[in-house]
Amino acid sequence: MVKKKDITKGLPDPSPLMDEILAKYPTKIAKKRKKGMVINDPSEEQEIQANIRTIPGIITQRGCTYAGCKGVVLGPTRDIINLVHGPIGCSFYAWLTRRNQTRPAEGEDNFMMYAFSTDMQDENIVFGGEAKLKDAIREAMEIFNPKAIGIFSTCPVGLIGDDVHAVAREMKAETGINIFGFSCEGYRGVSQSAGHHIANNQVFKNVVGLNDRDRKGKFQINLLGEYNIGGDAFELERLFEEAGIELLSTFSGNSTIKSMEYSHTADLNLVMCHRSINYIAEMMETKYGIPWFKVNFISAEGTAKSLRKVAEFFDDAELTAKVEEIIAREMAKVEAVKAAVKPKTEGKLAMMFVGGSRAHHYQDLFNELGVTTVSAGYEFAHRDDYEGRHVIPDIKIDADSRNIEEITVTKDEELFRDDLVAKKEAAVAKGMEFSDYVGMMPEMKKNSLVIDDVNHWETEKLIEFYKPDMFCAGIKEKYVVQKLGVPLKQLHSYDYGGPYAGFEGAINFYNEMERMLGTDIWKMVDAPWKSEPEIVGSFAFNG
Amino acid sequence: MLLRHTTDKVKERKALTVNPAKTCQPVGAMYAALGIHGCLPHSHGSQGCCSYHRSALTRHYKEPVMAATSSFTEGSSVFGGQSNLLQAIGNIFQIYEPDIIAVHSTCLSETIGDDLAQIVTKARTDGKVPEGKHVIQAPTPSYVGSHVTGYANMLEGIVKYFPTKTDKLINQINLLSGWVEPSDMKELKRIMGLMKVNNVLLPDTSDVLDTPMTGKYAMYPKGGTTIPEMVSMGDSLHTLALGEWATNKAAIALDNSCKVAFTQEDLPIGIKATDRFIQALSKVAGVSVPESISDERGKLMDLITDMHQYLYGKRVALFGDPDQLIPLTEFLLDMDMKPVYIVSGTPGKKFEKRMSALLSERCPEAKFKNGPQADMFLLHQWIKEEGVDLLMGNTYGKYIARDENIPFVRMGFPILDRVGHSYFPTLGYMGGIRILEKMLNEIMSYQDATCPDEKVELVM
Repeated sequence: MVKKKDITKGLPDPSPLMDEILAKYPTKIAKKRKKGMVINDPSEEQEIQANIRTIPGIITQRGCTYAGCKGVVLGPTRDIINLVHGPIGCSFYAWLTRRNQTRPAEGEDNFMMYAFSTDMQDENIVFGGEAKLKDAIREAMEIFNPKAIGIFSTCPVGLIGDDVHAVAREMKAETGINIFGFSCEGYRGVSQSAGHHIANNQVFKNVVGLNDRDRKGKFQINLLGEYNIGGDAFELERLFEEAGIELLSTFSGNSTIKSMEYSHTADLNLVMCHRSINYIAEMMETKYGIPWFKVNFISAEGTAKSLRKVAEFFDDAELTAKVEEIIAREMAKVEAVKAAVKPKTEGKLAMMFVGGSRAHHYQDLFNELGVTTVSAGYEFAHRDDYEGRHVIPDIKIDADSRNIEEITVTKDEELFRDDLVAKKEAAVAKGMEFSDYVGMMPEMKKNSLVIDDVNHWETEKLIEFYKPDMFCAGIKEKYVVQKLGVPLKQLHSYDYGGPYAGFEGAINFYNEMERMLGTDIWKMVDAPWKSEPEIVGSFAFNG
Repeated sequence: MLLRHTTDKVKERKALTVNPAKTCQPVGAMYAALGIHGCLPHSHGSQGCCSYHRSALTRHYKEPVMAATSSFTEGSSVFGGQSNLLQAIGNIFQIYEPDIIAVHSTCLSETIGDDLAQIVTKARTDGKVPEGKHVIQAPTPSYVGSHVTGYANMLEGIVKYFPTKTDKLINQINLLSGWVEPSDMKELKRIMGLMKVNNVLLPDTSDVLDTPMTGKYAMYPKGGTTIPEMVSMGDSLHTLALGEWATNKAAIALDNSCKVAFTQEDLPIGIKATDRFIQALSKVAGVSVPESISDERGKLMDLITDMHQYLYGKRVALFGDPDQLIPLTEFLLDMDMKPVYIVSGTPGKKFEKRMSALLSERCPEAKFKNGPQADMFLLHQWIKEEGVDLLMGNTYGKYIARDENIPFVRMGFPILDRVGHSYFPTLGYMGGIRILEKMLNEIMSYQDATCPDEKVELVM
């Protein structure tokens, strides 16, 4: 067994590791990669390079703009036909692979199990694909009769000059249903992140605000940036429902387009994944006056804190009492499991390189189990997700971010909620924080190593240096890391488990960590004859 | 119902594909390239392509799948991807140290007209390819053909580069494998051993995508066809190419460049296709068929005759790739089953011809289609019109199987929700036994689970 780092007197200085990593790179690349690595000191303002191009040839975790737009943001919405305009692969790979669970009522539309594509052929590339796209929409109308269709552009679409927005307008007029396009060609940005932004813009422009429905509940909220992987959103729906909070729409786990249409009638927006959805939160506040704050329902403490903050905002005695009742009951269950699991997990080391919020959120869950995160980073986040939102004005706009449309949102004079603005001001006066995200780095230990857009070479070196007990990343990293004898927990797909959000989620995660950190199976990897003296002799040797 | 919008009436479509029975070229190129030793596949396009293909292969094999990408941005898409690829080649050799980089294109780089051959040549003249290292390339436009086409194109790229003709023939044959599992490649090598035929198998993903847990990670596992083996293919006596869609191009290219004649056979799936493979092997290598092979054939025949009652007349729906579907259809017909519905998203006119020849007399009610709109939505509609007793295809079939309550055998790519395909072959006579075991298990479990209490059989 390899001896792991002693961290009882604080985390080791990772400078030698950084030097070793960078020594392998050509000089120019070493310089670039160095800016994406920070030896963390939470007492200081530190800058990390993030959301910049991956260097060609580097084995990155990142995907493309299309993946962020179709796969992440719109993929979980069940009653829209997400039609992918392009060659077949893009639609094929985004087909059910993200585990966004959904629970339609009997007879309700649910297109989640379907992959729709125009399957562009060479003649469409040469002569243009707009006619085929229109025909595909007509066929989809005739066969499926959906309430909405989204058109997703793949790489060749922009290059050959197909105008998906013009087609969307024309077909919207022809069919009478809501049809809108996304210019989310894979190359548009440096990662999935650009796709999130494009999706936010189009959903805000084309869906949010279509239905000024009357109030249904006393406390109306939206949950933004929760994608119901492994049923996370179901657990949160359970908590809100019991508390008497009307969850209008989730963007976009277990969601419908219909619910997004009246999401602007909410009193408050909760932001889970800041990276993928903060744009809609901001735009809704500008246009309708709906305040937002960051929540984290990953970890039991985080869930309790987030629920309390919602109750504090609404400032209603009955709601507060109900929330406290739920927290007390659920925390008792959580504490019982934690007490059984924590002795087996305490003192272990974890590292996580994933997504744009999970590498931060899951540190809270590990903290609850006494597991220290020695190194972490995001796959596609921006500086604000590392350093906090206060750095946003300082973030340099480069050519890659300039590609993405910035839409101008103005106040809706009729629907703007002055009452919410006043409510927010009163809450701020009492010390509540809004429109903020502190980021990952201030909440990580001194000397932890923060790396943006980690790559394969760096992953191998990290494991060699820290000998972690647990590595969290995605499917592409999973078996590499496990071959090295370190268990990997996928934090995109949850290894087909979950939910891990909310109180029940925390319990599930504790049990999962007990399984993964407690098993002796890794100790059996070496065959006994590797460590015992070899038998000399040849009595049964047939050679 | 999972697929609650699937209608039971087939409506003509010409533009919309729903639930495809294929994916795009580059993943095939990536898979083929993983079957050569010391090779890092490289995807010349946006990051997403590489990420998606690696993810799909990883989920299918539950093994590390390494590949690099040119990471195109808007700039490279407008001005061309040459500088990205040149930079990538330099970086890969310095950081990841492969012996070979196998570059394939994408719809993006093809649409903007990047010429891989020219860029790779420039990489060489610019000194980005170290001495003794290799860069090979294959065009894999995603808007032509399917994943199988990509596999075929990369195989062609490999044989255009490595095999070299000298004046000395080598006493060996080339075996070009279609898209099959590592277990199948291992099985082909075992059969060659039984037949005592010296051979070079290309590609060979065994010991690459089925590696042991050792506590160590090898970026380039011990398996894969080696450079000396590939070079020697130019001096082989003959090429046996298995699976026309996947290997024909490479067989022709090798014949053209090195004058190694070839014989095109189906993948050896089932009895007759394996018979043809064994006989062709015997002929081109000049060896007789050993008793051990006859025994294996006999065991397969024995199992079929033992269990015939559970197979006879069963209506089967199939989806997948032509190279698998053609011999599989033949195998099912030989066992008196009825392959009534067959779709493949992979185009190719020969599919229609081959299927007609197989089915027109023995199963005239069969419906089959390949190419555009030959998707799983159509297959499901046919099933809704008149049901089947068994469904065979990749993991995506599970939604149809659950909705329609049909026994389901996973075969093909990708299999995301079961294991075994990496270890247990479906090629050859022994592979036939495994296919049969899987079919019988599903059919018989279905009977066990659904028959009335008084009809439960202890002995079957």
